[in-house]
Amino acid sequence: MTIYLPIAEVSLNIFLLLGIGGAVGVLSGMFGVGGGFLITPLLIFAGIPPAVAVATSVNQIVASSVSAVLAHLRRRTVDLRMGTVLMAGGIVGSIAGVQLFSLMKAAGQVDLLISLSYVGLLGTIGALMLNESLRALARSRSGGAAPQRRGHAWIHGLPFKMRFRTSGLYISVIPPVLVGAGVGAMSAIMGVGGGFIIVPAMIYLLGMPTKVVIGTSLFQIAVVAAFTTLLHAVTSQTVDLPLAVLLILGGVIGAQIGAQLGLRLKAEQLRILLALLVLAVALKLGFDLVATPSELYSLSEPRG
Amino acid sequence: MRRLLLLLAFLATPAVAEDLVLGLSQNRIGITANFDGSEILVFGAVRRDAPAPGDTPGVIVTVTGPAEPVTVWRKARQFGIWINTERVDVDAAPSFYAVATNRPWDDIISDTEDLRHRISIDRAIRSVGNAVHDSPNFTAALVRLREQTGLYQNAVSTVTLSQATLFSTAIALPANLTEGSYAVRVLLTRDRAVVAEGTATIDVRKIGLERTLYRMAHDRPLVYGLVSIVIAVTAGWAAAALFRWARG
Repeated sequence: MTIYLPIAEVSLNIFLLLGIGGAVGVLSGMFGVGGGFLITPLLIFAGIPPAVAVATSVNQIVASSVSAVLAHLRRRTVDLRMGTVLMAGGIVGSIAGVQLFSLMKAAGQVDLLISLSYVGLLGTIGALMLNESLRALARSRSGGAAPQRRGHAWIHGLPFKMRFRTSGLYISVIPPVLVGAGVGAMSAIMGVGGGFIIVPAMIYLLGMPTKVVIGTSLFQIAVVAAFTTLLHAVTSQTVDLPLAVLLILGGVIGAQIGAQLGLRLKAEQLRILLALLVLAVALKLGFDLVATPSELYSLSEPRG
Repeated sequence: MRRLLLLLAFLATPAVAEDLVLGLSQNRIGITANFDGSEILVFGAVRRDAPAPGDTPGVIVTVTGPAEPVTVWRKARQFGIWINTERVDVDAAPSFYAVATNRPWDDIISDTEDLRHRISIDRAIRSVGNAVHDSPNFTAALVRLREQTGLYQNAVSTVTLSQATLFSTAIALPANLTEGSYAVRVLLTRDRAVVAEGTATIDVRKIGLERTLYRMAHDRPLVYGLVSIVIAVTAGWAAAALFRWARG
């Protein structure tokens, strides 16, 4: 059973699209990542033009993260104040990112830059997280108490301090704004929510308690993804609504299942799983960049 | 001598004046939500004012989609990774091009006639894009990539011709069609030269919801973007509410 997508201008199997949404939704609910880093490559692989894949994936992230953040709000595991600060940075980053995206499209190098960004970021973060989680796991096995995570010392020297009660932090707003801006830019360029950046940044850089990290990141992702969707719709008309609806349908159901699974697994195991997943995507993308492609030529619209 | 020239002139002109009448199974194609490509039947007859000469004529059917600019990129290894390094901008190449014949190519048309009438895929592209002539590799890649997705088709011996008069062929249109007017052309050849030509057009349009969404995305992008967000937020909220209710 196929459906014609009016913006992507391709015809695809409905169940394939629902399946992509569903699988990514499960991950989204489990890990607090938007799942865009998987959905964008999967859509491109299915034959959706990259620009449409990026913009539509961001729209689906809105739905899956709203769905998941509501569950976290009820459990009071969202630091709304921190979320708002991150979001402010995110919106600025998103505007810059959409501009950069258009520029790179014109230069014909958008695919390369997306791949390179994925390899670099996912590789680094996956390795960091895996290392950290494995060490934490080893500590808990040996019976020692996990050391309390604190932000880096230099963060406490920065001005514009603010109290974040839910997270139990009193830190400068500069690091969260910068983190938000970086993630916002990535959201626009790579079609990702940025959870895989923001979650480690909150844990390792800001020193937030793991309990509130996922809910807060989902909150920031939901708002920034909504804003990015709007920017893409206005600047490049690349949001495909029927495609988004299918991904959302699969995704929201998957996210609920994922959230339940997430509660049953231990945090450390969860992080190892996420780290391995992130590393796997990075390795695959890296391999594709280095391996000799079977087709050296590709076509694009001259505008982008 | 004069008589001989007259005789030669008489022999050179076709003995029988031939004309083409053609029809299409449909002259409008609506792209709807469940559009998964389409097939059009091109059929017709050769009209003559005298009995047909002995040999079988050649019949060539072409379908040309709207011409669009396209950029062809070539990757090269730089710093160990594969990067798009060279580009050729084709000013205009047909977004769709299918050519079908009733007999092997060389039997029914000469290179000169192909060039004049721009029939084969290579000629059809060259005739509309002027930037490609110095880079045959790029043109070849354009044709190869589009042949893989069914946008360019070279179908030899797929036109059926019965009694040297009635012809028909089916052309498959893929799902990723560009909107616009598709030109259908039927050429009748004798002695590897075109002797008659018939044309028709097919109108390809998005219709229904697909059209509404497409137009809205392009004409009112802000509204479209807001609608996308509202749908996403509502769906996310509804799912959360539903699952909460389902769990009691």
